[in-house]
Amino acid sequence: MTISSKPVLISEDKKRVDGRKPDEMRPVRIAVGVLKNANGSALVEYGDTKVLAAVYGPREALPKYMTSPTRATLRVRYHMTSFSTSERKSPAPSRREIELSKVIREALEAIVFSSLFPRTGIDVFIEVLQADGGTRTAGLTAASLALADAGIPLKDLAIGVAVGKVNGVLVLDINELEDEYGEADMPVGIAPNLGEIVLFQLNGVLTREEVKIGLDMAFKAAESIYKTAKEALYNKYIKLVEEVKSQ
Amino acid sequence: MSTPTPSLKILVAERQIVRPGDCLAIIEGPAEQRLKHVPDKHIYILGNRVYSDVVGIVSIEDSSISVVPLESTYIPRKDDIVVGVISEFSASAWYVDIKSPYRAVLPASDVIEGFNPAVHSLKNYLDIGDYVLGKIALFDRLRDPVLTVKGKGLGKIVEGFVIDIKPSKVARVIGKKGSMYNLLTSMTKCEIVVGVNGYVWAKCPDDYVLDVLIKAIRLIEAKAHMRGLTEEVKSYLVSKLGVKS
Repeated sequence: MTISSKPVLISEDKKRVDGRKPDEMRPVRIAVGVLKNANGSALVEYGDTKVLAAVYGPREALPKYMTSPTRATLRVRYHMTSFSTSERKSPAPSRREIELSKVIREALEAIVFSSLFPRTGIDVFIEVLQADGGTRTAGLTAASLALADAGIPLKDLAIGVAVGKVNGVLVLDINELEDEYGEADMPVGIAPNLGEIVLFQLNGVLTREEVKIGLDMAFKAAESIYKTAKEALYNKYIKLVEEVKSQ
Repeated sequence: MSTPTPSLKILVAERQIVRPGDCLAIIEGPAEQRLKHVPDKHIYILGNRVYSDVVGIVSIEDSSISVVPLESTYIPRKDDIVVGVISEFSASAWYVDIKSPYRAVLPASDVIEGFNPAVHSLKNYLDIGDYVLGKIALFDRLRDPVLTVKGKGLGKIVEGFVIDIKPSKVARVIGKKGSMYNLLTSMTKCEIVVGVNGYVWAKCPDDYVLDVLIKAIRLIEAKAHMRGLTEEVKSYLVSKLGVKS
């Protein structure tokens, strides 16, 4: 099958390409503590988008001159595995990956109490296992959960979610196809308890009104992802209790 | 510095698992305008609400609230007793890994009396991989911690066994007012020193008792966030050792 022209992104009965309603999230699955060697880790799935995050530290950071005498330095690497896309992606860090590492780092800096660990480094590795749109938002969610799992003091979790515009309709959590053929993509990072925005990007054109409505949609969605995230953090310890009990 | 105690409306239960950003209590009274962080208690105050900053367990004592983290990193404090591993040495000092982001320095003059770098070779006293029991003599946020081995029982570890535990579980191995520590020492008849950085040194009468002690410590580590742990460890030790404390 070849797609020669633009696919129908919104059908007559307001259904999207994958059958979702405009304000419907893809199924979200979250697991915490999935890696043994990392201090903290999380696996986040938004539909077919799968992202793994691992946190190491706070640990001795080298070179020394890169460290700050007042706080821990966050070093974030967002990376797409070469098998994450349908066509092989070169594993070398691209312009896009360097940019996303930076915006995710800045989002995380807003929630980490980094002044507790001066002269150290906290390493965050975000590895995209499968890409289907919204990898930076899923990556941000995974990174903040991995930080929480590592026991690093945080103000709040950071939840990422994207709002897009396809065929003039605002849609939540856009997938790859909608991103490619849609008119706009607006990834938002939200600290739900504080009600703060920690990441905001916009690709495409939206009116003021649309940004407002889009943000409302994002905040609502972040709330539901947050619930799943909190459950995942809780489940790790419930599982631990059960394992011990069965011994 | 302390949380305003008289008018705290607590929203969570004792020993409840909380996550970063969970609201723990509401302060009735004048609201705090700026974010106030209390790192020792793992809480922060914003507006008139008290939030947790880690994944941990709520501890309420005399209407003051704090969170005990389930995972943590060891940050040195002055006078902490720690167990470290020699990782490197220069002509005049050893560098000791104390399971912390900060590497401790053990000056040679502390170990060798009348130290002279031209005469003494550090390798002959402490080699890489040796365990030492030391005390944090100095630590401020600008410089690496300085270790000392001057003091009773401190110095190179030449006998016994070192057990590696998570730094966040150290408080549980010691217990409230040392209850767990006392239970372990009195029932196993082992000599035990708990390094606050997450190492336990133990010297036991025989290998069987050591094995039981290690398993008891692993039990404490795994069940650290559960109730009635002291009783459980006690019954475990009774079943294995057949002694009463």
